[in-house]
Amino acid sequence: MTALTDLTVHEALAGLRTGEFSSRELTEAYLARIDALEPDIHAFITLTPERALAGADKADAILKTQDDPPPLTGLPIAVKDVLCLAGVRCTCGSKILDNFIPPFTATAVQRLMEAGVIPLGKTNTDEFAMGSSTENSAYRPTRNPWKTEHVPGGSSGGSAAAVAARMAPAAFGTDTGGSVRQPCSFCGVTGIKPTYGRTSRYGLVAYGSSLDTVGMIARNVADLALLFQQFAGFDPLDATSVREPVPAYNLPETSLLNDLRIGVPEEYFIKGIQKEVEDGVKAAIAQLETQGATVLPIHLPHTEYALPVYYLIAPAEASANLARYDGIRFGPRLGEGEELWEMFSQTRGQLFGAEVKRRIMLGTYALSAGYYDAYYRKAQKVRTLIKRDFEGAFDQVDVIAAPVAPTTAFKFGQHTDDPLAMYLEDVFTLPANLAGVPGLAFPVGYDKDGLPIGMQLMGPHFSEALLFRVGHAYQLATDWHERRFDAKRYAKGLKP
Amino acid sequence: MKLSIEEVEHIAALARLALTDAEKQRYAEQLSDILDYVAHLDELDTEHIPPADSVLDETLRLREDQARPGLSHNDVLRNAAETEDGQFKVPPVLGG
Repeated sequence: MTALTDLTVHEALAGLRTGEFSSRELTEAYLARIDALEPDIHAFITLTPERALAGADKADAILKTQDDPPPLTGLPIAVKDVLCLAGVRCTCGSKILDNFIPPFTATAVQRLMEAGVIPLGKTNTDEFAMGSSTENSAYRPTRNPWKTEHVPGGSSGGSAAAVAARMAPAAFGTDTGGSVRQPCSFCGVTGIKPTYGRTSRYGLVAYGSSLDTVGMIARNVADLALLFQQFAGFDPLDATSVREPVPAYNLPETSLLNDLRIGVPEEYFIKGIQKEVEDGVKAAIAQLETQGATVLPIHLPHTEYALPVYYLIAPAEASANLARYDGIRFGPRLGEGEELWEMFSQTRGQLFGAEVKRRIMLGTYALSAGYYDAYYRKAQKVRTLIKRDFEGAFDQVDVIAAPVAPTTAFKFGQHTDDPLAMYLEDVFTLPANLAGVPGLAFPVGYDKDGLPIGMQLMGPHFSEALLFRVGHAYQLATDWHERRFDAKRYAKGLKP
Repeated sequence: MKLSIEEVEHIAALARLALTDAEKQRYAEQLSDILDYVAHLDELDTEHIPPADSVLDETLRLREDQARPGLSHNDVLRNAAETEDGQFKVPPVLGG
């Protein structure tokens, strides 16, 4: 018999509906799997087993008594610890929010809970989602389930690792500069970074407000589309959420991609990219071609400027957003007995981690008197050029296919002393955030060490339905997304 | 471009961050490297390019001014380090 934790979201929901197993059995299976693997993986910051089991019992009652229960009733999922869930500690991976218990729930999480999901806990993240490896978490780093001496990617590394290790069938992630897509690539799972404004940011602890998006990570595109359907859409509580109607994310039953034009940007196959990543992504593009798609070379000429633009705009927005952590309304307070300004400085100086302070400093500088035009405004102008690159490309092609990251998962400590080298890991994911376009990441192969290789598809604003169709067609024709790591290698006490 | 320790101290003061001497030294070096890197943007002539204030075409709209339920007083104060008489309590703003 297949273990309950091996079921996809679709399979789990079917089993719950037919009564093959209960939500309590499914939830207990995930909690047992978490118990067994968490000592090695560290995917979670906070676990909420009692709350989850109470939710499961409630779901079982609904499944028994209602003819038409909400579509996701009884499904456990994980939530990245930058999204508020009322009554459950939300740390953002930071000591400055170590004791913060939000009084409200993020709209995206709320909508999935109304559709019936049960949160298992809050997953690890780089502090305030600033990082590409979870090494910036103030708690502990998450390990890559495929090889535990490698990072899982970041900042949604806890969510991606939890899904890859089958500690949850799906997990919320957030993507400001690649934080859903890059960990999906490193952990061999499937994730969506939506169009800016397509999902509500209400209840997401803000990092870079013009870039932040709430996305989802799952084992395959079909599961992702089903979950995304339930939380995408306008929210009056988020001023930049858009009114564009949400289409039905229906998926094809055929892998044929006739009439699809795929653009391959030369600028994403640069010197320094790992050969196996380049080969893997090119093989996946060739695969899409055999399914009927037409492949065209394209140019996104300002790609190389995305990194400097991002590392001015995101820190500038972060320096403003993180001004609220001052020891007054939430979080611990240090420098007791000092004057107000000294209390602010001691609290912030001691409780923010190194990367967060670095970005606050960089952003403060870029916005400060005399430097605003040279740095922040200049970056906003180049952002226009990057956005125009995409608009020009989408006049010629329907979607763009590219690697997610230049390498597979790197080792712990490899980039921790060199912030610029760490930032370079984001070189292929930042442009989509700057242009506001959606991106879908999924596995397309494995390197010689057995680490996953990821590809991303990018499309015009609000083209999530198209990205899901293409990604699903690829997954109908291939089985990279079904490959799983051998948990028995390092987990103790795990049932076969 | 090389940031001086004094410039780092100025930025840290603006950002309300108490830094150790070792941190000031490290940030002076790292921020200088990053600023050198972002200077690549100067290669581009952007004189006639508008800044990207929003990535979407939709403009912000006003909503109806309707009262809606909000958080309770207790909920808002619950996470504060110190409260008194239903208010946030802060240290003295001016020396006492």
